[in-house]
Amino acid sequence: MCWLEHLSLHNETGLDPPGIRVRAVPGLVAADYFAPGYFVWAVLIENLAKIGYEGKNLHMAAYDWRLSFQNTEIRDQALSRLKSKIELMYVTNGYKKVVVVPHSMGVIYFLHFLKWVESPPPMGGGGGPGWCAKHIKAIMNIGPAFLGVPKAVSNIFSAESKEVAFIRAMAPSVLDSEILGLQTLEHLMRVSRTWDSTISLLPKGGETIWGNLDWSPEDGHGCDFVKKGQPSMSDNNLNSSNGRSCFQVKDPVKYGRMISFGKAASQLPSSQLPTHDSKEFLHTSASTNFNSSCGEVWTEYDEMSRESIRKISENKAYTARTLFDLLRSVAPKMMRRAENHFSHGISENLDDPKYAHYKYWSNPLETKLPDAPDMEIYCLYGVGIPTERAYVYKLAPSDKCKNIPFRIDSSADGDAGSGLKSGVYFVDGDESVPVLSAGFMCAKGWRGRTRFNPSGMATYIREYRHKRPASLLEGRGTESGAHVDIMGNVALIEDILRVAAGATGAEIGGDRIYSDIIRMSERINLRI
Amino acid sequence: MSFLRRRKATERPHAEPHDIDTETDDVHDKKKTKPRPKLRPKRWSCVDTCYWLIGCIFSAWWFLLFLFSAMPASFPQYVTEAITGPLPDPPGVKLKKEGLTAMHPVVFVPGIVTGGLELWEGHQCAEGLFRKRLWGGTFGELYKRPLCWAEHMSLDNETGLDPSGIRVRPVSGLVAADYFAPGYFVWAVLIANLARIGYEEKTMYMAAYDWRLSFQNTEVRDQTLSRIKSNIELLVATNGGNKVVVIPHSMGVLYFLHFMKWVEAPAPMGGGGGSDWCAKHIKAVMNIGAPFLGVPKAVAGLFSIEAKDIAVARAFAPGVLDKDVFGLQTLRHMMRMTRTWDSTMSMIPKGGDTIWGSLDWSPEGYFNCSAKRLKNNDINTADKNGNGSLESTKRVNYGRIISFGKDIAEIHSHEIERVDFRGAAKGNNLTNATKCDVWTEYQEMGIEGVKSVADYKVYTAGSILDLLRYVAPKLMARGDAHFSYGIADNLDDPKYDHYKYWSNPLETKLPNAPDMEIYTMYGVGVPTERAYVYKLTPAAECYIPFQIDTSAEGGSEGSCLKGGVFSVDGDETVPVLSSGFMCAKGWRGKTRFNPSGIRTYIREYDHAPPANLLEGRGTQSGAHVDIMGNFALIEDIIRVAAGATGEDLGGDRVYSDIFKWSEKINLQL
Repeated sequence: MCWLEHLSLHNETGLDPPGIRVRAVPGLVAADYFAPGYFVWAVLIENLAKIGYEGKNLHMAAYDWRLSFQNTEIRDQALSRLKSKIELMYVTNGYKKVVVVPHSMGVIYFLHFLKWVESPPPMGGGGGPGWCAKHIKAIMNIGPAFLGVPKAVSNIFSAESKEVAFIRAMAPSVLDSEILGLQTLEHLMRVSRTWDSTISLLPKGGETIWGNLDWSPEDGHGCDFVKKGQPSMSDNNLNSSNGRSCFQVKDPVKYGRMISFGKAASQLPSSQLPTHDSKEFLHTSASTNFNSSCGEVWTEYDEMSRESIRKISENKAYTARTLFDLLRSVAPKMMRRAENHFSHGISENLDDPKYAHYKYWSNPLETKLPDAPDMEIYCLYGVGIPTERAYVYKLAPSDKCKNIPFRIDSSADGDAGSGLKSGVYFVDGDESVPVLSAGFMCAKGWRGRTRFNPSGMATYIREYRHKRPASLLEGRGTESGAHVDIMGNVALIEDILRVAAGATGAEIGGDRIYSDIIRMSERINLRI
Repeated sequence: MSFLRRRKATERPHAEPHDIDTETDDVHDKKKTKPRPKLRPKRWSCVDTCYWLIGCIFSAWWFLLFLFSAMPASFPQYVTEAITGPLPDPPGVKLKKEGLTAMHPVVFVPGIVTGGLELWEGHQCAEGLFRKRLWGGTFGELYKRPLCWAEHMSLDNETGLDPSGIRVRPVSGLVAADYFAPGYFVWAVLIANLARIGYEEKTMYMAAYDWRLSFQNTEVRDQTLSRIKSNIELLVATNGGNKVVVIPHSMGVLYFLHFMKWVEAPAPMGGGGGSDWCAKHIKAVMNIGAPFLGVPKAVAGLFSIEAKDIAVARAFAPGVLDKDVFGLQTLRHMMRMTRTWDSTMSMIPKGGDTIWGSLDWSPEGYFNCSAKRLKNNDINTADKNGNGSLESTKRVNYGRIISFGKDIAEIHSHEIERVDFRGAAKGNNLTNATKCDVWTEYQEMGIEGVKSVADYKVYTAGSILDLLRYVAPKLMARGDAHFSYGIADNLDDPKYDHYKYWSNPLETKLPNAPDMEIYTMYGVGVPTERAYVYKLTPAAECYIPFQIDTSAEGGSEGSCLKGGVFSVDGDETVPVLSSGFMCAKGWRGKTRFNPSGIRTYIREYDHAPPANLLEGRGTQSGAHVDIMGNFALIEDIIRVAAGATGEDLGGDRVYSDIFKWSEKINLQL
């Protein structure tokens, strides 16, 4: 419990609860070996050291990943520190620009930084336009969650997904064992809901990107890729041991319905779905608080009435847009905080002065990249692993103290060839981030000179196909494409080393694509 | 044992009926029958007993273990409190109650040896040690592969930088020096107490540097000084313009002196911060255990790798370096390794005979060792009779830092016959260097060279430099390029712009920052090495030819000479003279070393050993490293960090004779 208490931030302010201070560990020790035996950065750092890198030209930009991005500056001045560190490295290493290697949520954090540093104070860092062009050679995003991850939805909604989101992915032994007794999930939910940063990972771009009730960019080939992409995965936890192609599935999977109640609702054509206005249960008063004294565990579900819970489930299907209404109703306090710090839309007019506000900075669809034509942006990610994309939910049996009223319906299994398994629809990705989220910006949104990328900086996509370790001796594999394990992928490390040593994207071979990201991107109708 | 008794008891009833039955039979029969049943159980029981015993021991062991793990963590504290009454609040808690909060950012500058070092690139034998601590932590690698370890810890003997193919770098962050080895705190207690009043990562900064390098080389190789500058600027900028409080310890004091000159000197040699950088960024420098004028221990360390404990290194790593991990040649391996560390030369006594005394004079001249001995009689094994006190006030020739033979150390100077060694030719390479796998420069001296060193008999602080130049020419060639040990006649001489003078307080001016404060905080009341009696070692081929004559004992109980070492008051490593003189006299008021009149304060902490074992290393210790856990010192630091000035603390706090001694030193101010 002690551990939990210290990791949870204050629910109202998103800052420290009184009397408790937990801080990010600085320096290179912060992220490598942060859980024993679980390398994240260690392999990469070790290889960089082989070509002469050391403490003075490596910097680990540690930040408190529980806070919203702007709050890391307010509380810890983390952004100022990062700026000063980059400037220092630039000067002490003979005026050579830095290569930034963000991973996972760090990608969005660094997007935020890019905007922050060039914005005028007090909201920004006051580096002035040209700061990025002067100091940064390339950004090599690993497993970038540019457009969010569907996993974040299920995590916030019911604190469960195939694995409990990133947190669990990164601290496997800690959360898997039921250290908190029977109420693990509820406790976890309470903790993780105080973390503003999880909200930054909610899917961005709404239905334009993620698909509506009947359409999604991955239509038709999602599960096909799951299969073809990973022949060696056939004995993995996924559906198919048979080699049948997905084209035999008559109905395309409706990935656009991120949350559906019941398997049937996830497959029906949209005309047959009951359509409640999702806004209406926002206003359902929580007067009938039932039994809020029952558990000492506090989640906002206690404050919801049974009735509104039922109403939520009656709406049957939610897309990336209606999802936000849903979350607003189930976790009002959290979303209220979140909306001060993050935005998840698509901008109509990027020159609108409102986009100078920091809440837009971490959304690639609502910001312009800095004016730095020589900078390069890489999207490096794994493919060939089934990745959560949409969920089938059910109501949990109304037990008094089972606080979370919604459950993933793990009995919902699709046919052998469909992407549905245990209530979760899968697409191609790196186990956490779908290809769409990781690749779209580099494939289309920023490719060439677009309104999101006015200076036309070069973008490169480097995909790494997942291969399981050939033998047990190999540990976690040198060709893994999984979200965290990819940090030990030798091909990826080689790319980073080459760029760090001075190569450009064209020199390492330009794009390297295995997935269908280009075709998917083309189907997305976004003005660029 | 208990079982044996029981076994006999059960046997008797078994035999009893038999006895009764055969009562009428003859005794012979009885004797015959008796051994037989006895024999079988006995052989059986022996093994049985064994198992029982093992079983008992194990179950008792497990039971105790269980009890131990079930014991609440606060139990030892509870017991202590029950015995000694409630412990005083840690200073952080106490001052928090007073309402103090974090104000000035704090910068720590660790000393020699206490900072961790980790491996970034190594040879074959260090496979798998990437980013493992070679120095600090558990020293696990030292035990596993000592020669490999020594090889990686050494620097290049010519350049004083990395040997080819090896990169060992300082650990960064607060973890660099909070604990030196598990359980052996350095900064941890101070950090924990600062955290109580609200300090955290963004307001604390550990200026870790590679303490093996000469100060300027840390900038050349790692840009450490630039980093410290940038970090201090960042701390000031992100904390609303509050200036930093710098807390250097031990050698870090000299390092920070160097930094203050460097930062204001123009590029490329300096940091180009401009002449008011210190005034703008630094509120106070709180030097802990400052060896401003060097330590005699460093001489013994360089000369023969032994001091009462092996130089500074051993003082910090007790129990680690004592072991003969290298086999028989420990000392020479150590010597070879430590001689490549340029930084050790920053601690050679500075100021020559003027400060440290000549053949017949020294500032501490009549120091009464027995008085000190009485005060902390539980440190030394000496008995407590006060008889010798008068006798021991006889003068000790502290100025003779190295003397060959006890009598030489004591007789008057004109009785000593000295043969100058400086011109003496070093012998041909008499010793067969190929036989000695360990390389020290002694092999190149030859027997005549060794003899001529011994014939000079007595060395003072001034001639010690010549001695070291003679016995270790390569080392001192590097040393002279980076450090200087003299006293400036004219501080405006342009030659003093060179970086080699920057860490010597007697050859630099303090920065122009009248609002800055300089504190020197150190322990007193612990006997500290000051001068040595040496002897020649019996000639053997591969040995270090000099060693401390441990048989040289002072005549009386209260004598300052013990085991070949003369000691004075200090903190076990640094004599009071070295840590206190600059603040007591050299910088006090407006002097030529302190043109802007920066205020100086002396805070001494009288050593009191821990009252009981449970207290660990004590909360009132004055020893060189343990003082970092001294509550009074921590309280002072916290008050200053929270905004107090030296006057608020109460100005000077002096127990030793530092002012009297400083008076005697005839230095132009």
